[in-house]
Amino acid sequence: MSTLYDALIGPFVEFEFMRRALVGMLALALGAGPVGVFLMLRRMSLMGDAMAHAILPGAALGFLLAGGLSLFAMTAGGVIAGFTVAMGAGLVARATDLKEDASLAAFYLISLALGVLIVSVKGSNIDLLHVLFGSVLALDNATLMTLAAFATVSLFVLAILWRPLVLECVDPGFLRSVSNAGAPTHLAFLALVVLNLVGGFHALGTLMAVGLMMLPAAAARFWAADLTRMVIIAILLALLSGVSGLLLSYHTGAPSGPSIILVAGLFYLFSLALGPVGGLRRKFVPGRHLEA
Amino acid sequence: MAAVLSFRNLTLGYDRHPAVHHLDGSVNEGALLAVIGPNGAGKSTLLKGIVGALTPLAGAIERKPLAHDIAYLPQIAEIDRSFPISVYDLVSMGLWRRSGLLGGIGQKESDLIRQAVATVGLQGFEDRTIGTLSGGQMQRALFARLLLQDARLILLDEPFVSLDTRTVSDLLEIIARWHREQRTVLAVLHDNEIVKEKFPETLLLAREPVAWGPTREVLHAENLLRARRMCEAFDDHAVVCKDDAA
Repeated sequence: MSTLYDALIGPFVEFEFMRRALVGMLALALGAGPVGVFLMLRRMSLMGDAMAHAILPGAALGFLLAGGLSLFAMTAGGVIAGFTVAMGAGLVARATDLKEDASLAAFYLISLALGVLIVSVKGSNIDLLHVLFGSVLALDNATLMTLAAFATVSLFVLAILWRPLVLECVDPGFLRSVSNAGAPTHLAFLALVVLNLVGGFHALGTLMAVGLMMLPAAAARFWAADLTRMVIIAILLALLSGVSGLLLSYHTGAPSGPSIILVAGLFYLFSLALGPVGGLRRKFVPGRHLEA
Repeated sequence: MAAVLSFRNLTLGYDRHPAVHHLDGSVNEGALLAVIGPNGAGKSTLLKGIVGALTPLAGAIERKPLAHDIAYLPQIAEIDRSFPISVYDLVSMGLWRRSGLLGGIGQKESDLIRQAVATVGLQGFEDRTIGTLSGGQMQRALFARLLLQDARLILLDEPFVSLDTRTVSDLLEIIARWHREQRTVLAVLHDNEIVKEKFPETLLLAREPVAWGPTREVLHAENLLRARRMCEAFDDHAVVCKDDAA
């Protein structure tokens, strides 16, 4: 019994940095879970990745301007760069014939090139590893408050926009015919994606942050045929990945960000193989056909 | 009878090419109007213009109901049928005008939804996800949503394509009910037998209006032949239409 305690609970009781990481993961899971599900259902799973690349230059610029790891400068830089790209892509997709993926690709590549240019012209030998890989084990109060604030905003915005967001995904034409809420909803959702990725990069780094968004969402698809359940499962899986990843990293000494995402990846593979809704089990072991 | 819709020298189109060319006329309140014509005749374009999804290239549409008081059923393509949403939730969207962004779905609304689902013959399907429905069942669900929209003007774009006769006759019964309730219904159709039997008024469109009036006068062989001849492809080198200068 005590070994189980040592393995699963002890680290959190004993070390404050583990408790902070746990709280951070809870905040991230609450926001990233539902946002990831909607991204997946809109067939924009790779958008998170593109947005992460768009955010990176903003965060790097914030780092340069502040002359170091400033929470405020890097968050603001990431949010501004992300919003600019998301709004630009969203508006172009709505106003022209170009589809959202293509317009997003165009904008994020511009942002990325600009970021790389600025960083190399400045020529400073900065340590951007923090931005790339995050530091979930070193979350200070201000960062935790930021993550919690982002999660709170995400949940409130999702609660308000739930109906138009679902409608915008299922039947955008119908939403246009009954309401003007389509465009604001679409843009607000893109803003949420940015917010959650910026939150995620403090803990996991820009690239790993996408993993916590998409892997639980994709795994949840195999467990539920209903949107509400899918969102709840995605949140739980994200949280579970966070906890297990932290423990794995604690016990083995592996870096925590990749550990968390790898655990999320294992959950995904497990769901893919054994999930009851539309997974591999359904395909290869369909069972005998029913009477009616 | 008051006109719900008036078209004044209306031209609608894409990239300056007209798809509906110089349409004049009006639709009276309570009309049951079939819009027919060959493919590419501008029928869907006309409906898009009426709901305001397309701005006229020239002329104007005068609408009595506000844009959001129109129930519009487009050709089915735009719906994402893989989205995990139940028939009940899909149909409930018809209550948007009543419940809006945040309004709750209470017992009364829930009864309305179940009633609409029953009217279109989908009892027992409420909890099924839309991905499991057949084409005909999906169209029935969309008619249930239209019922809940409770709009004075209803636009249907090819509502019967690839449906079996029983589904068609069930849905026609709903259209007849709307007609009895003095709602105005415009339907784009291809089956002239249905038009003859159920729609008192017909507009035959072939980019330009060929004929508009009582159905048996419009559905003449020579009109239909003319319509078929008039509907040609866009000319990339077309010059600016002279009528606009006049």
